[in-house]
Amino acid sequence: MHPKMYMYKRLVDAKLFMDQHYATPIDLECIADTAYYSKYHFLRLFKKAFGKAPAQYLRDVRLQQAKQQLATTQQSVTEVCFAVGFDSVPSFTLLFKKQYGQSPKAYQRAQQEQQAQVAKQPFQFVPNCFAETYGWKERNSQ
Amino acid sequence: MIQRMTHASVYVIDQARAEDFYVNKLGLELKMKVPLGEDAYWLTLSPREQPELELTLMPIHNPNMFDPETAASLAKLVEAGTFGFGVFATQDVFATYQELKAKGVEFTKEPKEEFYGIEAMFKDDSGNWFSLTQFKAED
Repeated sequence: MHPKMYMYKRLVDAKLFMDQHYATPIDLECIADTAYYSKYHFLRLFKKAFGKAPAQYLRDVRLQQAKQQLATTQQSVTEVCFAVGFDSVPSFTLLFKKQYGQSPKAYQRAQQEQQAQVAKQPFQFVPNCFAETYGWKERNSQ
Repeated sequence: MIQRMTHASVYVIDQARAEDFYVNKLGLELKMKVPLGEDAYWLTLSPREQPELELTLMPIHNPNMFDPETAASLAKLVEAGTFGFGVFATQDVFATYQELKAKGVEFTKEPKEEFYGIEAMFKDDSGNWFSLTQFKAED
């Protein structure tokens, strides 16, 4: 086994902890303690391994979860904001817009419209090369 | 002049299981899921930092795709690990290797120094193999 594997295992445990508990308030110092590192050392190693500081990683996980929930549930923006662990709707809205180029509300509306369109005209979303080669279009029109 | 690739296909045994594997284990983002009838979907995913490339998970066992005999032969080859579909790049192969292992991904090669970087290899839930590589930094 590579001599650094134990170090990586501790970093990965910390990352997976954030993946699983993003919806709850997470104390990053507490995570560093769990990984048996000082906060500074943990921050440096985490960033080197995953390309982002732990706080940034946690924020991105929450934003990804919010994006998914907005697209797949009927929850309001406020409900999604709190469900993924943010504690302020205005700052959530700002972060979401910065990350994905549109507000949570606009994103949700666009997703709902797209899903309605998928249900109505699915082959508008499938490249014709696949749809025709595999006979999907033909079979679905029968 | 070909400029870029936008779609690449991977044949999978079970689309629902493969979706779970590629999203929840590999961490790819679901891009499109369009029902095509017969429990089959046009199902595409992208690496988080490469949204312009969509990996299409194609169902083998679907009458729209192959006749039963062809599907059975193809499934056998896929499950036997015959096909390799590509290389996933990572900035730290040891970290990603540990993470994927912790999530239950089966590796067929541990991270090893190669002339182009450090490479590990893993299988998806159907049997397709992929390289996971930390490429050498360019000078």
